[in-house]
Parts: sequence; C-alpha cells; structure tokens
Amino acid sequence: MYTQGLDQADALPDEELSERFEAKVAAEEKVEPTDWMPAAYRTLLTRQIAQHAHSEIVGMLPEGNWISRAPSLRRKGILLAKVQDEAGHGLYLYSAAETLGVTRDELVDQLLSGKAKYSSIFNYPTLTWADCGAIGWLVDGAAIMNQVPLCRCSYGPYARAMVRICREESFHQRQGFEIMTVLAQGSPEQKAMAQESLDRWWWPALMMFGPPDGESVHNDRSMRWKVKRFTNDELRQKFVDMTVPQAHFLGLTLPDPELSFDGEHWTFGEPDWAEFKRVLAGDGPCNKERLAARRDAHADGAWVREAALAHAEKKRG
Amino acid sequence: MGREAWSLWEVFVRSRAGLAHQHVGSLHAADAEMALENARDVYTRRGEGASLWVVPATAIVASDPADSSSFFALDEEFRHPTHYVVPDGVTGI
Repeated sequence: MYTQGLDQADALPDEELSERFEAKVAAEEKVEPTDWMPAAYRTLLTRQIAQHAHSEIVGMLPEGNWISRAPSLRRKGILLAKVQDEAGHGLYLYSAAETLGVTRDELVDQLLSGKAKYSSIFNYPTLTWADCGAIGWLVDGAAIMNQVPLCRCSYGPYARAMVRICREESFHQRQGFEIMTVLAQGSPEQKAMAQESLDRWWWPALMMFGPPDGESVHNDRSMRWKVKRFTNDELRQKFVDMTVPQAHFLGLTLPDPELSFDGEHWTFGEPDWAEFKRVLAGDGPCNKERLAARRDAHADGAWVREAALAHAEKKRG
Repeated sequence: MGREAWSLWEVFVRSRAGLAHQHVGSLHAADAEMALENARDVYTRRGEGASLWVVPATAIVASDPADSSSFFALDEEFRHPTHYVVPDGVTGI
C-alpha cells in the first residue's frame, strides 16, 4: 500500500515536481510514502534507514553474548529487555524502509551478503561484563545524540520510527550507566574492569558519528533534505561535552591525553580514522563473526518461516 | 520450498479506553494470530496498548496521492466558522 507512488505515471515534468519537493522540504513539511520524491532522495533514505535497521539487528549480538552470564537475575532481565528492544527497533526501521519500495527479503539479503553496511561499533568484542555497561552508557548515549534530531527527519515513516526508538533508548543508556556506577564504586578489581572497558570503547564510540565533516560524502544533501540536522562533528562535540562530566562522576579517566576544557567545550584528540575505515570496510575485530552469526540465525530459522506459512495455509483449509 | 514472504500487516493500537485505535506501523506475519502476537511484542512492550488491531495491508483501500488536490475539497472556506465575521458586540456565537 505504501509504494503505489512508484507505479503511477507522473503528470508533471520532473523539474516541476522536483521544485515543489524542495520547497515542501524547505518549509519543514513531511514527505510521506506515496508522495513524489526525487530518486536520489529515495535512494538516500532507503540506504540510511536500512543501515540503521541492520545496526539495530547486528547490535543485538555484542550484548547477547552476556545474557547467559549476567551477574544477577535483575541484570539478566534488563539485558534481555534491552536486546529485545534492539530487535524491535530493527523491525520498526525495516518497516519504514519498506515504505520506500524495497522488500524485507531484499534488505535481509543485503545484510547477509555483506553488501550493506552497519555501524562500525558492533564489530568490537564484549570481553567483560563492564562492556555491557560501557555499551549502554557510551554506545547508546551516542546513538541517542544521533537519533534525537532524526525524530524531525523530513521522511514521515522514519521520523515516526525514531520517536518510538528514542523513547525506549533512554532506558538503555541509564541501565548502562548504572552498571558502570556499581563497578566504579565497587572493589578495586571492579573499578579496574570499568576503566579497562572505557579505555576500549571510548574511541570507537566517538567514531560512531562518522568521518569528520570535511570527508563526509552525503552531508550537504542530507542537510538540505532535512534528513540530518547536525553535522557529524557537531554531534560528536555535543556527545563529548555531555559525557566527560559523567566520566568524572564515575571517577574514571577518559583515554585521551589531549582532553581539556576551553571554558565552553571539551576539546579532544583525533580518533584513529584509519581504524574506522578498516572496521567499516570489513576488517574489524568481529566483522566476520557478526555476519556469520546473522547468516546462521537466518538459515536456522528458515524451517520456522516455512512451517508458519504451511500452518497458515492448513488453517485456511 | 521456495521463499514465499510472510504478508504485510498494518498495526493499530488503542493506548487506553476512550481513545481511538491509532496506526503505529507494520510488520510481517504468516497469519492473523501471529500478526497479533508479533504486534504485541513489537509495538506494546511497555504497556502502550489496551487493544490491538492488525489489518492485512492489502485490505486497505487508499486514496490516490496524485488526486489529492481534487479529491479533498479545499476551496470551501464557508464550511469553517472562521469564514464568518461576527459583528462587534455580539457574543455567544
């Protein structure tokens, strides 16, 4: 029902439709699935929403690794709920992407074939329990920073999905910070575990905002079309300004000798962009493992999908 | 067996009694029962719903966006109360 707009012949010439579209977006009106949109807008949105969905789905794996080893029943319940939320977020986003005319199967195939990208952060391993804290605090914190402006994105279904996601994401960040607080205020060994985890996750978390503005390819168009509201560097700065005092509260040290306060903002060192490119290109610590886990899960679930259809068929008689 | 996709369902949630069901998104399911259960898991994990509707997406008849300017009357201002000038001093209208 959402893709009828793809099938009909447009009565107006493309230039006029394009002008109307630009004016509409500039006036902060929302674009809905059946509205005319430039092919490049459709492609940009499909790619961004799909990558976002894939990130949520792959994002279940690092923390899923700790569900069976959570230190208490309460932590286990929280972690299960959080990982279930990530699955839910992936589903909201796949649905939003499908309104642009791509099918769920195509999206899943793009992920499993390695053709589609997902956030670099999920290619790092979760080696200790503290990593579940660092992920909630830093990774979900960075995600919120990135996602809140997306609630005002020009594409209606994406914006609506983001409203739901942001509402749920705050729990993720807080439970992570709580884990870090408990460890940081615990035994010397627990505090050391929290510090070691922070040391590993800090720089990858900063990389989540993407390459520096000068190197970001889609920035101009994304901003003009009101998909993005802030540049990568602006969001990264906001994140650092927000997070440094939280690290101070925990009594932990951020692994950046260049960190200093200029009276208004925290200035910080340069992330290792060569590492970022390597991880994004498929050569991070866990890229192969993550994709293999997704492929196995998809293949192992094939009989369930088929059986469900057969059951539905039988009931129809 | 070939790869037949589960069909698309639109999900509507009534957040509490007294409010209308509102569209919240869509999902895929093999049949109505699964659509309802999936809708519960995907869209009401935090008690957002007092009632759920799932509707096969193919059952929805939608207006054509290309016709929206002629299909929806826009030029009959007189249907709105703001069209009328209430004389100064007149109240209760």
